Amino acid sequence: MYPEDVRYTETHEWIGEEDGLYVVGLTEYAQEQLGDVTYVELPEVGRHVRQKEPVALVESVKAAEDMYAPVTGVIVEVNEALEGEPELINFDPYGRGWCFKMDDIDLAQFKRLMTREAYEKYLKSL
Amino acid sequence: MHWIPATDSDVEKMLQVIGVNSIEDLFCDIPQDLRLKDWKLPPSLTEIEITKKFSDLSSRNSSKKICFVGGGYYDHYIPAVVDYLSQRGEFVTAYTPYQPECAQGTLQAIYEYQTAICRLTDMEVSNASLYDGGTALFEAVLMALRITGRRNITVLPGLNPLYLQMLKTHMANLDVDIVEGGDPAGCACVIAANPDFFGNVNDFTSLAEKAHQQGALFIIVVYPVSLGLLKTPGEMGADIVVAEGQSLGLPLACGGPYLGIMATKREYIRKMPGRISAMTVDNDGRRGFVLTLQAREQHIRREKAMSNICSNQALCALRALIYLSELGKSGIQQLAKYCYSKTEYMKKQLSKVKGANVVNKSYTFNEFVVRLDKPAEFVVKKMNEHDILAGIPIKSYLNALKVSSPRKDYMGVEFGEEGDLLIAVTEKRSKEEIDLFVDKLSESLKD
Amino acid sequence: MELIYEKCRGRKAFDFGLLDVPEASFPEMLKRKLPPELPEVSELDVVRHFTHLSRRNIGIDTNFYPLGSCTMKYNPKIADLVSNYPGFTSSHPNLYYIESLIANLSGAMQIVYELENMLSEISGMKEVSLQPMAGAHGELAGVLMVSAYHKHHGNFHKRIVLIPDSAHGTNPASAAIAGFEVREISSNSRGTLDISEFKREMTEEVACVMLTCPNTHGLFEDSILEIADIAHSKGALLYYDGANLNAILGQCRPGDLGFDVMHFNLHKTFGTPHGMGGPGAGPVGVGEKLIKFLPGPRVVMKEDGSFSLVYPEHSIGKIAPFLGHFLVAVRAYVYILMQGGEGLKSISRYAVLNANYVLARLKEFFPPAYDRLCMHECVLSTEKYLEHNVKALDFSKAILDKGFHAPTVYFPLTVKEALMIEPTETETKETLDQFCDAMIELANLAVHSPQTLKEAPKTTPVGRLDEVKAAKELNVCKQATNRDV
Repeated sequence: MYPEDVRYTETHEWIGEEDGLYVVGLTEYAQEQLGDVTYVELPEVGRHVRQKEPVALVESVKAAEDMYAPVTGVIVEVNEALEGEPELINFDPYGRGWCFKMDDIDLAQFKRLMTREAYEKYLKSL
Repeated sequence: MHWIPATDSDVEKMLQVIGVNSIEDLFCDIPQDLRLKDWKLPPSLTEIEITKKFSDLSSRNSSKKICFVGGGYYDHYIPAVVDYLSQRGEFVTAYTPYQPECAQGTLQAIYEYQTAICRLTDMEVSNASLYDGGTALFEAVLMALRITGRRNITVLPGLNPLYLQMLKTHMANLDVDIVEGGDPAGCACVIAANPDFFGNVNDFTSLAEKAHQQGALFIIVVYPVSLGLLKTPGEMGADIVVAEGQSLGLPLACGGPYLGIMATKREYIRKMPGRISAMTVDNDGRRGFVLTLQAREQHIRREKAMSNICSNQALCALRALIYLSELGKSGIQQLAKYCYSKTEYMKKQLSKVKGANVVNKSYTFNEFVVRLDKPAEFVVKKMNEHDILAGIPIKSYLNALKVSSPRKDYMGVEFGEEGDLLIAVTEKRSKEEIDLFVDKLSESLKD
Repeated sequence: MELIYEKCRGRKAFDFGLLDVPEASFPEMLKRKLPPELPEVSELDVVRHFTHLSRRNIGIDTNFYPLGSCTMKYNPKIADLVSNYPGFTSSHPNLYYIESLIANLSGAMQIVYELENMLSEISGMKEVSLQPMAGAHGELAGVLMVSAYHKHHGNFHKRIVLIPDSAHGTNPASAAIAGFEVREISSNSRGTLDISEFKREMTEEVACVMLTCPNTHGLFEDSILEIADIAHSKGALLYYDGANLNAILGQCRPGDLGFDVMHFNLHKTFGTPHGMGGPGAGPVGVGEKLIKFLPGPRVVMKEDGSFSLVYPEHSIGKIAPFLGHFLVAVRAYVYILMQGGEGLKSISRYAVLNANYVLARLKEFFPPAYDRLCMHECVLSTEKYLEHNVKALDFSKAILDKGFHAPTVYFPLTVKEALMIEPTETETKETLDQFCDAMIELANLAVHSPQTLKEAPKTTPVGRLDEVKAAKELNVCKQATNRDV
């Protein structure tokens, strides 16, 4: 349910390194809470964002939740497949349901994010 | 005590089930010293007493005079079916369609209303309605601010002064500059009105283009009835259309309730406030309707919502839909043509009156300004004695709204001199009534 | 069911007759290119279509409608009848702003004047304005006045509005639109405001505290005087959300509880029809501090008994084009006059009695969020049926098949699987019993035959609808056939 090789935020984003860039998506818990995702509003490519800044909006029939930048950095790519198939977030949150990629990130911030173990403990506390 | 069916024996049994001795015990959480001792309210009236009192109050309003007053709200004929159908209890006493399975009537009506508005305006999507024209304009401005991220807006001359004042009140704290002028540079939107407050009709296609070149949205305020004839917002390239829907089968009613119309391009549907009905299917594949994009609204998004609006004018929107269905494709065109032709007839007759000159330099639809040799307020008073509501004396009207005068229109023509009178003519005004108007006007100018 | 647009066969329902003046020509360049594709049907088609649509709805006139927080009480027909008197429906509102014609609206101004005064007496507020067009619009008018008040006193630092987590979503949304920052205060274990958290958040920067009382848990804020004192000691104003006024009508008054500003929902408390979601009306009432900031213009009575309009000294300006939803106001005024002072007091007594009766009968099956007496509505939970995979939503669908509208579900957000029931004072004990019996039957079914609830409703015009498809496809308008947009 929660991969080992990525880090987690309290607002239920995951972020993991892939080919030198950092991929961001929503966790299993977040997609479960949202229910069927019907729309995703993704950030502009090239945008500089600060940690915890709202950057995307994920909408289901019962909720519309902001997605926050897990770390400070630059948005370099967004998952355009979500435009036609927003449900990828439900079916494959860590794979084809990724949301955006970041570069030039604040590595210190990244290292302070929750590990899988910490995140699972955090989920139990909710 | 009206409309409370509980009998003494009911109360006794219910209190027993609850496990308290008296109804009074149920209010134990309200601190004793806060309890109301007494209030100064009159004793109950019967239905008979009510009908007498309100017949009297109703007759203190003069509703039978011949009305040439417009200013954004018009005396149109309402076909009988509009009242008849819209007064059905299943419409009147239902609430927001939170349970779509038992509110398909409401939801399909809203969908059909949205369709009617789109077809009338040539826009792609409409919401289920807002409170009125003025608040719809406010919501349109909020939309433009959200879409562009800019903090200025500009308003073309000729906007209804009521809307301007409402806009200022609603936006008092939003740190947005409202510039009167119309230069789109750096603005979130340009707001135009067609026809404008003085009745002028324009083609804003090039202005819409200019706005788009500057990255601004083009918002247009329209008079729905005029769209039976006039170039549409869609044809002009408008991004958001708003309108006061009163003219579509709603009574003037001393000020409301009315109907706030809003339509936009499909790309902005998620930025549009208010309810929206969408077609879908049920678990057996049957056609059905639901409210959609609700997650953006206040009951879920709270302080992050698009708008604080929690209702729509559903019953008023239903009236507009029934009205437009009854008039149909041919009726709306006939209506617009009649309004226009009767107004032109009135202008022609007035041109023969000494001391009365039409001020507008543009084409007009069903309203125009005539400049009189005498103060318009004086003439209106005289005409009132003949049971004619002659129009709006512009200068004193603007003064009553705390709006400065004179005011210009898009062509730079100034309005607001003492003698300026805004006259509206609808399909309800017969040739005889118009002739009478012209006669009495000539008389009062001679006095 | 077919759309009216699918019934078009080139027919005409209505005709304006012959034009009695010469037809005037209009320049082509200012004309629309194609006519609007509105329905082309006969008048009988129109009548049948909308009659059929109405039969696919339920309303208070047809079914018990215990929708919590919405006060779906009987809407008296006499009020509708009176509001249709020609003097009320046919008068042009712009006459208010024309000095020599305003006397043509004397009846309307008298109604506005008298109703505003009566609402003042009912609420204990000093003055009332009928201008706001709905409850949420009243909230906006209220917080705009609060803002103008603080600015007038040079207190520009007051930028925060405190709102309990149980509040209606309109409260934070209105405060945000008025330019305030919103802070949420939690509820305590008794379902009322957490006073210690409130004290911590109550700084000099707080402009306003917005409360619903009784709150959305259906409970009276019994520390209200303390809350008012704390707020006032920091210079903040106290806002009363009138959504639940039906519970305390004539028992206590917001003005006496220390509130500075409030809105009424005429369509809830005073029995005006909800009209499928509007039009309602949301008059604002204010205490001494805010009188000068009320929306303008206001109706005042002159010495000779006639009426005129004036703007309060520091008025926030126009919140509505005229004096509010006049026809709704007429209905509310009829309702108040027919109830009279004593009748109004019984409303809250019987509303609270009915809610507690339903609570008492159902609490064994649907444990209440807070196990104590309630006011005009009770908040229950279906959480214990989750183990059978039955949710509040399933109960709301299954109760439709029993011939009742569903209670409010999933609100307030503070209660899991919430079921919010507001029976109102106008229902008989028999109706309440039938409803409770049906709910208890569903509770048993949820345990023994959960699938029955999952498959409901079966008796409604359509079954459960695909909301995901609706949100993805966004088919919100039937395309005209002669357009290529």
